[in-house]
Amino acid sequence: MSVLEKNEAESEEHAGHHEEPFWRKYIFSQDHKVIGIQYGFTALFFMLFGFSLMLIMRWQLAFPGKPVPIIGGLLGAANASGGIMLPEFYNQLGAMHGTIMVFLAVVPILVGAFGNYVVPLQIGAPDMAFPKLNMASYWCYLSGGLVMLASFFVPGGAANSGWTSYPPLSDIATQGQTWWLVGMVLLITSSLLGSVNFIVTIFQLRCEGLSFMRLPYMIWSQLVTAFLLLLAFPPLEAAGILQLMDRVAGTSFFLPSGLVVSGEILEVAGGGNPLLWQHLFWFLAHPEVYVLILPAMGIVAEVIANNTRKPLWGYKPMVYSAVFLGFMSFIVWAHHMFLTGMGTAISSFFQTTTMIISVPSVVILSALLMSLWGGSIRFNTPMLFALAFLPMFGIGGLTGLPLGLAPSDIHLHDTYYVIGHFHYVVAPGTIFAIFAGIYYWFPKITGRQMSELLGKLHFWPSFIFINGVFMPMFIQGLAGVSRRLYDGGSQYAHAQDVLHWNTFMSVSAWLLLVAQIPFIINLFVSIKKGAKVGANPWDATTLEWSAAPSPPVGHGNFPKVPVVVRGPYEYSPPGTDKTFLPQDAAAQEG
Amino acid sequence: MAGHSAEEIKKETRIYILVFVALAALTLVTVGVSYLHLSLGAAIALALMIAAIKGSLVAAFFMHLISERKLIYAVLMLTLVFFLALLFLPLGGYADRVS
Amino acid sequence: MQIPYTVEARPETGLYNAKLGVWLFLASEVMLFGALFSTLILLRTGAAEWPRGSEILNVPLATLNTMVLISSSVSMVLAWAALRLQDFKKFRLWLGATFALGVGFMIIKTIEYGSKFEHHLYPSTDNFMAIYFTLTGLHGLHVLGGMIVMAYFLGPGSKMWKSEPERFTNRIEVVGLYWHFVDLVWIFLFPTLYLL
Repeated sequence: MSVLEKNEAESEEHAGHHEEPFWRKYIFSQDHKVIGIQYGFTALFFMLFGFSLMLIMRWQLAFPGKPVPIIGGLLGAANASGGIMLPEFYNQLGAMHGTIMVFLAVVPILVGAFGNYVVPLQIGAPDMAFPKLNMASYWCYLSGGLVMLASFFVPGGAANSGWTSYPPLSDIATQGQTWWLVGMVLLITSSLLGSVNFIVTIFQLRCEGLSFMRLPYMIWSQLVTAFLLLLAFPPLEAAGILQLMDRVAGTSFFLPSGLVVSGEILEVAGGGNPLLWQHLFWFLAHPEVYVLILPAMGIVAEVIANNTRKPLWGYKPMVYSAVFLGFMSFIVWAHHMFLTGMGTAISSFFQTTTMIISVPSVVILSALLMSLWGGSIRFNTPMLFALAFLPMFGIGGLTGLPLGLAPSDIHLHDTYYVIGHFHYVVAPGTIFAIFAGIYYWFPKITGRQMSELLGKLHFWPSFIFINGVFMPMFIQGLAGVSRRLYDGGSQYAHAQDVLHWNTFMSVSAWLLLVAQIPFIINLFVSIKKGAKVGANPWDATTLEWSAAPSPPVGHGNFPKVPVVVRGPYEYSPPGTDKTFLPQDAAAQEG
Repeated sequence: MAGHSAEEIKKETRIYILVFVALAALTLVTVGVSYLHLSLGAAIALALMIAAIKGSLVAAFFMHLISERKLIYAVLMLTLVFFLALLFLPLGGYADRVS
Repeated sequence: MQIPYTVEARPETGLYNAKLGVWLFLASEVMLFGALFSTLILLRTGAAEWPRGSEILNVPLATLNTMVLISSSVSMVLAWAALRLQDFKKFRLWLGATFALGVGFMIIKTIEYGSKFEHHLYPSTDNFMAIYFTLTGLHGLHVLGGMIVMAYFLGPGSKMWKSEPERFTNRIEVVGLYWHFVDLVWIFLFPTLYLL
């Protein structure tokens, strides 16, 4: 008997089998669904926390030098004496906002939560290839997150040299930077273990009939993402080790000779190269931004296909684009370093590769837009977020072009223009895709539906206010306002005309927080009180919807192992009167 | 990976021993060459060439890459491309700099 | 509930899961050590002066260590071959030899480091010593990690030979691949640091 037949036989006869103790079933679980949910809640907490850090920062930007209301007294005298934020604390908030959002919130949700929960189900697998490794990945991630949180409470506070941790500043920064480095090593380990798991799972555990060109786009995006994580993270791990050596063992990997700090020459061997850190950091951090966007595109593709009731337009070009994008992402990184003194030859190289990489992004976005044409669009909450993603990602992508061209980047580098650009891609881009995914897969995870009313109350204000936060940043950036200024540029003559936008953006941000309240209520209340649904409430075609509503933990995902007989998006198939045909043979409804 | 018969495995064992002798010999060659006091460029080229031969022997025979699957080759080729990018592009940035 | 292709190969890829997994992991390790080699190259190119390794480091000791590691690679692959010939006793002998050679490597390394410290040569002394200690240190940690795994398979992990011999053989193959990679890294480390 093959393993697959054996599993079927097992699940068919299972009646009074042994139940795992609670802590094994739900805490130290090896089931991908439990691990996915663990990642989901942990990462959503970090997302709210990271968002809150920024909301505090935005008070200082709107009203520099004024005491922070309500919580000002709770921040501690070292951070905000008399409730007025100190620059050192502002820098901590800035560095940790970026770090937490990228490494503790967005990627863990996209890959750890959605990837873990959905991928095995969508390929008809009983679990990930290495369940124990999967469990280890989560606990490594949580450990790294706790180290990052703890760093706020050490003398000198958390890391404060930007999420980019550039030396020499980061080399000589306060204790919190060492905690940041240790946290990063844990997070990178978690990521590496996870990426091995995802690649092996997708190559090895696809069910019968699921060839590569029949894979849902979600799977392709997770596969390319896993390769990016696998091969791009190790150089940052190496860089982290080198910076730890500089900080703890007195080496000078990144410290040049004759460095003067506070009027005194630093007593180190010298001979180091600060740009070495930048190369190693951006070698990871550029592919990292594609890690932030690819799974989001995967989610949006699924939701759009389902809610237009027609196949994705340009599936094959989208697949080739994702693979090409992944490859190119490894050779564009120094467009973050145009102002470091690189000559014209090497700058031209990176400018060229950067321009080339915009092509596959445009192909994917265009294909998603074309997919709407002639569709029978259902404007439910996941679809609203998926639709909003398209123009928001478009703005984010287009505003990236002047940054990828060296001559214009000279004026825009390290200004608010950059902050506007990347936030458009990640915030109304990726995070909207995350919301789309939560509303879309919630019925699969829980067997219940989220409230559509609360969903719309979440979407519309979020859409309006998020634009209110980020659109003015382009104006400020073009005027020359630098980023990471704790008073929002108020000391600079060239910033005076655009300073008033700070208040506008801060108010938008605080209203954006209020807009999340319907979502938080919806999420938690619907778990218990949401309308119960069957296995396939969206009338979707991909395999996860053949599994039971809220597939049971530890019992295998499918009552019968699926056999795939068709592509992933057979909506409104010609020649039949069915509105959709699921991928597997067993379910013929539609 | 070759067949499972005892004969074939014994044949492989003989190859392992041969490779071991070659590796040991090449190690001595590497050290010997270093005493020749060549120019730095020539020394680097020669040392890396010998290391590459030794590495290839380990990879091909101990790690059985010589009879491995296409997928493994593809992963390694991809890694090689990015490894070379990591090695040479920062160097390019240093060589072509404004000073 | 069992995961497919943990022992038998998936026909399409010709691989069992852990084989693909370990090669992917090794690919990431290539990038890790590659980044440190890139560091070495960049720092050396940009340095006003840089010593020749043979002037400062102990070449005879490192040559001995190279031989030790190469021998351990042979004993490792012979351990796996023994399992494929169903000879569990020979397997334990060869894996034990590999472990012992690993111990030898670490002892020689400790002597080497000790001698450096005695001569007041620390990572903080200059960038040559810094990259030397970091590269060999990280490599040494990898040797240690491999030895811990070997100890597990010589000890409690060996029980699997009785219950699932094929799966156990696969696990040893995977350990071997990791160990050969550690040897491979040293094959490049040795001339780069000690002889150039």
